[in-house]
Amino acid sequence: MREVVDTVATCELRDLGRVSYDGALAIQHDLVERRKRGEIPDQLLIVEHPHVVTMGRNGHLENLLASPEILAGAGIELHYTDRGGDVTYHGPGQIVGYPIFDLREWKRDVVAYVRALEQVLIDALAEFGIVAERLPGATGVWIGGAKVAAIGVHISRWVTSHGFALNLDTDLDYFKYIVPCGLTRPVTSLRALGCAASRAEVTKSVAAAFGRVFERDVRGAKMERE
Amino acid sequence: MIDVEMPQMGESIVEGTLTKWLKKPGDKVERDEPLFEISTDKVDTEIPSPAAGTLAEILVEEGKTVGINTVVGRISDGASSSAAAAPAPAAVAPPPAAHATVAQSDGASHVDAAPPAPVAASAAPVAAPDTGTIVEETAGPLSPLVRKMARENNIDLSRVKGTGIGGRITKQDLEAYLSGQSGTAVAPVPSRAPAVIPTPAPVPSPASVSAPAAAPPREAAPVPSIVPAAGPANMPGAAPAMRVEPMTIMRQKIAEHMTFSKHTSAHVTTVHKCDMTKVVKLREKLKGQFQAQYGFSLTFMPFIARAAVAALRQYPLVNASIEGTNIIYHRDVNLGIAVALENGLIVPVIRNADEKNIVGLQRSIVDLAARARSRQLRPDEVTGGTFSITNFGSFGSIFATPVINQPQVAILGVGAVQKEPVVIEDAIAIRSTAYLALTFDHRLIDGALADQFTAKVKSILENWTEEVM
Repeated sequence: MREVVDTVATCELRDLGRVSYDGALAIQHDLVERRKRGEIPDQLLIVEHPHVVTMGRNGHLENLLASPEILAGAGIELHYTDRGGDVTYHGPGQIVGYPIFDLREWKRDVVAYVRALEQVLIDALAEFGIVAERLPGATGVWIGGAKVAAIGVHISRWVTSHGFALNLDTDLDYFKYIVPCGLTRPVTSLRALGCAASRAEVTKSVAAAFGRVFERDVRGAKMERE
Repeated sequence: MIDVEMPQMGESIVEGTLTKWLKKPGDKVERDEPLFEISTDKVDTEIPSPAAGTLAEILVEEGKTVGINTVVGRISDGASSSAAAAPAPAAVAPPPAAHATVAQSDGASHVDAAPPAPVAASAAPVAAPDTGTIVEETAGPLSPLVRKMARENNIDLSRVKGTGIGGRITKQDLEAYLSGQSGTAVAPVPSRAPAVIPTPAPVPSPASVSAPAAAPPREAAPVPSIVPAAGPANMPGAAPAMRVEPMTIMRQKIAEHMTFSKHTSAHVTTVHKCDMTKVVKLREKLKGQFQAQYGFSLTFMPFIARAAVAALRQYPLVNASIEGTNIIYHRDVNLGIAVALENGLIVPVIRNADEKNIVGLQRSIVDLAARARSRQLRPDEVTGGTFSITNFGSFGSIFATPVINQPQVAILGVGAVQKEPVVIEDAIAIRSTAYLALTFDHRLIDGALADQFTAKVKSILENWTEEVM
């Protein structure tokens, strides 16, 4: 039984546009610390990264098809991070969401959190007539057996960072660098599925679905750069 | 000493994987300072230290998956290292948390075998992990098969001694119990037991309830009455009967891909015996010169590839793939060559293989295999294959039934080339033969076509005419 909250808690939405992976890490780190101290409400950062391949805590170089030199040659950065999951790719055309969320004020349940993130994206895509789904045992959001959104989360004292990456019109060729194709399920994007929705439209739907699923009042906020 | 436990990160969560210790034994740690990290389903979580002191010992190694409340390490408060008098009050505090959960399931399985009194009275540092393990034994996930067997045979699972990982009850344990080995039964249980046993364990995974670090104390524990008489694996002091190791990502992907393929295609394998004598002789004659001229050796593979390519040109359906209810015919013949890696396999692709002669094919095979093993393949070199060849003969196999490399519809497996007596026109001759095994997707390819294709490959090899160099 969850306690009934009279007033809906606020979640600040910060759409930062194109941010380097390092830059986004620094922003998240800062917001996580402030969230832990209770100085700010929950946050939802939306960004887009330049080409980057990131290795999660459970990542293995074996899963990186191309050597780091080849990645560098293709203009792709390689980063080791503290999020869950293995290797993933971020790049232009992705809507990357980083919720900085205090789970003590939600369900104190990391698996429920991941399932809820999936629900947010499934709900958001439904607004564009796209039926996305979960695959048991394969975290992420899937359409017809192809992955449209990846999820990887880090938690420190119940405060979340990292989050999800939704392929809007990502150049899917870049995924070929990270997993031996033919040994994994395919990836897809909204554009590849014939959905012409703009970045702004999808971002808006994601933010709205986020508010509904997590029962938060999502409000736009400016990011003060220090 | 303060016990550090695997925390429960949500209602449905029964276990976690300890991914990283952020402190080493002997390191000082502050209360609430991150001590280790755990991973559950794409979520990594930093776990703060429950107390200030020194990390005294690590009981669960990195990479291990253990049930919640398992003691993963201990922190000494630093005031006293004698472990006798001074730590006692400190030790009293944390165990109740563990014991609270232990109590009911402990009662369920061991009420008579392991009386609670000695557990509570004995030194806390020893008792805590011991009872923690017992929780695993009964409260740990049971496989659907075990639950079904227990239900159908009306077995009280609390009376069955588990010999699986972490004391998990296996099908064999149930069979042993049913066959009346009284040694496997424990004393009858009190009425509260059923409350624990039927609890459905959420999604039992193979890696669950491994708790190897906690296993030795259990085996050394004074509960002889529940140890099966004929169980060498459970001999006190014996090495653990099994070792749990997480799959590499590549292994997981291969597993996924193989099952996916088996679930997708209607696999059928047809096997033809091929007389390789002509090719063997040609190779024997040329191999020295070939090596000298090109710098790599001449194998049977380019001959097989060349024959397969010609047959694919004649029977384009074998070079096709399926998309929904459409047949996709590929203009190019892009030949996948399975390459065994140290701990896996990969299938690099020779593009436009029909445009290459024996030298070109051999060069591509040598190059792709070498770069596959050193992980230097480019992404476009492992994609777009339209047909694959796997050469298990090089490992001595005479024939096998390969799994189709999706989304292709056939794969040719080549067995070892061996000399054998063959009847030719009622005379016995010694010939070099090999089995050609074609696995095809019966959704698209019928047996007649598969055999025509394989017979074509066989015919080209048996009557080899093409110049090699």
